[in-house]
Amino acid sequence: MSTETGTGQAVSATETMTIREAIREALREELARDEDAFLMGEDIGTFGGVLSVTGDLVDDFGEERVRDTPISEAGFMGAAVGAAATGTRPIVEIMFSDFLGVCAEQILNQMAKNRYMFGGKAEMPVTVRTTEGGGMGAASQHSGTIHTWFAHLPGVMAVTPGSARAAKGLLKSAIRSDDPVFFFENKDIYEQEGEVPTDEDYTIPLGQASVEREGDDVTVVATQRCVGESLDLAEELAGETSVEVIDLQSLYPMDTETLLESVEKTGRLIVADESPLSYGTHAEVVARVQERGFFSLDAPIQRVGVPDTHIPFSPALEREVMPDADGIQAAIDRVV
Amino acid sequence: MVTIDIKAESGQREMLRRMLTIRAFDTRAGELFADGELPGFVHLYIGEEAVGVGAISALEPDDYITSTHRGHGHCIAKGLDTYQMMAELYGKRDGYCNGKGGSMHIADVDAGMLGANGIVGAGPPLATGAALTASYKDEDRVALAFFGDGAVAQGQVHEGINLAATWDLPAIFVVENNHFGEATPVENQHNVEHLSATAEAYNIPGFTVDGMDVTAVYEAVEEARARAAAGDGPTFIEADTYRYKGHFEGDHEPYRTKDDIDDARERDAIDRFKTRLVDAGVITDAEFDDLEAEVEAEIDEATERAQDAEYPDPSEAYEDMFGAHVPEIEEFAARVRTDGGERQ
Ligand SMILES: Cc1ncc(C[n+]2csc(CCOP(=O)(O)OP(=O)(O)O)c2C)c(N)n1
Ligand SMILES: [Mg+2]
Repeated sequence: MSTETGTGQAVSATETMTIREAIREALREELARDEDAFLMGEDIGTFGGVLSVTGDLVDDFGEERVRDTPISEAGFMGAAVGAAATGTRPIVEIMFSDFLGVCAEQILNQMAKNRYMFGGKAEMPVTVRTTEGGGMGAASQHSGTIHTWFAHLPGVMAVTPGSARAAKGLLKSAIRSDDPVFFFENKDIYEQEGEVPTDEDYTIPLGQASVEREGDDVTVVATQRCVGESLDLAEELAGETSVEVIDLQSLYPMDTETLLESVEKTGRLIVADESPLSYGTHAEVVARVQERGFFSLDAPIQRVGVPDTHIPFSPALEREVMPDADGIQAAIDRVV
Repeated sequence: MVTIDIKAESGQREMLRRMLTIRAFDTRAGELFADGELPGFVHLYIGEEAVGVGAISALEPDDYITSTHRGHGHCIAKGLDTYQMMAELYGKRDGYCNGKGGSMHIADVDAGMLGANGIVGAGPPLATGAALTASYKDEDRVALAFFGDGAVAQGQVHEGINLAATWDLPAIFVVENNHFGEATPVENQHNVEHLSATAEAYNIPGFTVDGMDVTAVYEAVEEARARAAAGDGPTFIEADTYRYKGHFEGDHEPYRTKDDIDDARERDAIDRFKTRLVDAGVITDAEFDDLEAEVEAEIDEATERAQDAEYPDPSEAYEDMFGAHVPEIEEFAARVRTDGGERQ
């Protein structure tokens, strides 16, 4: 099978796999490719990861390179920074992004700043993989979507794949990058399947969005789970409203050009992302598009996100605050 | 006055009842979870009952505790109501957190239960804070933090203990060493044989007790409480215990064998305490059976009522973010609710 990818690269062979498998394959290929790369995290070895992402990698690469840690996020995040500055390529797993709070210092003041403060004297090839999102009844301390914090932090990059292909292509770029990259996995879509290029050199550049479906009436730029929700909705609305769906893929750097091109065509923009609405990822998209594409717009840009609450436990409440196709539909109705 | 007087026969029977209640509650919670009745995660305290019951019984009723993700046992030992706990596990409005928290966040601040916690190691600094309040207001209250062996690897645990030690606060730190943090054995997480060795770094008393002996835990905490209340600062207690069930339901437990679990069951806290009470003539076998049946009936009733209870109204999702009125949330809520139409 041959597909045209978001990168415009022509790709010959693809394989159907889940996002979970795509991430594991990216890790496997990059560990094989670069012996300086290694994984660190809690129960990622023999146990295979609490959300079964690392799986059998320890069998192929051993415990030195698929390294179980004590429950010491500040310690091993800091160790990753120190290791990266001295010639290795650590890939850290933080089981739930909510736990990034525990190791925030090493990220904010060391990882993000060292290269700059040292006048460019330190490389910082760290990848941090972590999970986000509600939908599992996991309650407020295991359901947050906090990627905006990291996209906002100068000195680190942040990516948020919404498909299996994006997961593999972006993770490989993240690992190969000499800069710190946060890779945010939405845990609700690990089982989502898609076509993924098998070529071991297939990557998606950091800072590239992907038009997942073309349309003329309105653009929905979405991240993570909201990409799938938007595609399903676009399919449902086909014939009535022609919806263009873009997977933003990379929060920072952001592919503003692709957004502007799309808005020039459709004149309408919806931003759908599972982070809280205030001071968010949505706002950054809105700002960029209006700064340079104001005169392409035929209607106010709409945001779909979490209404500034935490994610509650009860299914009756959790559904209420999670952005979904209904919310995206409502936003489309407001402007089309 | 202690919560439960271990010297009185009625006190001993009450401690036995609380241990049985924990086991019955968590056995039921495990079954319900496996049946897909409960959302989220549940972490079961089965096997560790003596730690929670022994420790909390030796506190005074007004004392504070902080708990962990494995918190049901601490709640029951603290006297929380099993119906309201079960309702919380179901995400119902009658639950302790009105359905917002679930198993991992049950709290009853008025009862001194400062919350189960989803963040490993977050409890000890909070207990230090509660102890600070007690000291600041000159109240005869202490704060006890429960945390796991895994949590001892967290930086904030050590910072919390160091503060309490340096300021001579009325705090007690109880490590529940059940030998694993998820799938990782304690030996792979720490370089000391006994976690109580940690106490040396803070120049506070530290010792290891048999955490499957409810009397031993009680006595250790009784002494620690006296020290704390006298202004002599915190104590660090390691309770050696074991978790019988997987870390979470569905855990295939590659990290241990069935024999390991059977060995621990040989030391079962409930069996041992029961035998002791029967031998001492405090309870007969028949009375024990009655007690078990009563506890079982309580859990049946709690479960049935929780199943029948109402879910919160979806609009409640917007409540409790702040004490103050915040217009943003109201505006976003209005948008979700009018545009999204009926949310099922
Ligand atoms: C800061 C943080 N890191 C990781 C986790 C995931 N996690 C939940 S429970 C657990 C194991 C905790 O082990 P321990 O402290 O020994 O408590 P136990 O489960 O054995 O009672 C881990 C790693 C978490 N909840 N919080
Ligand atoms: Mg443990």
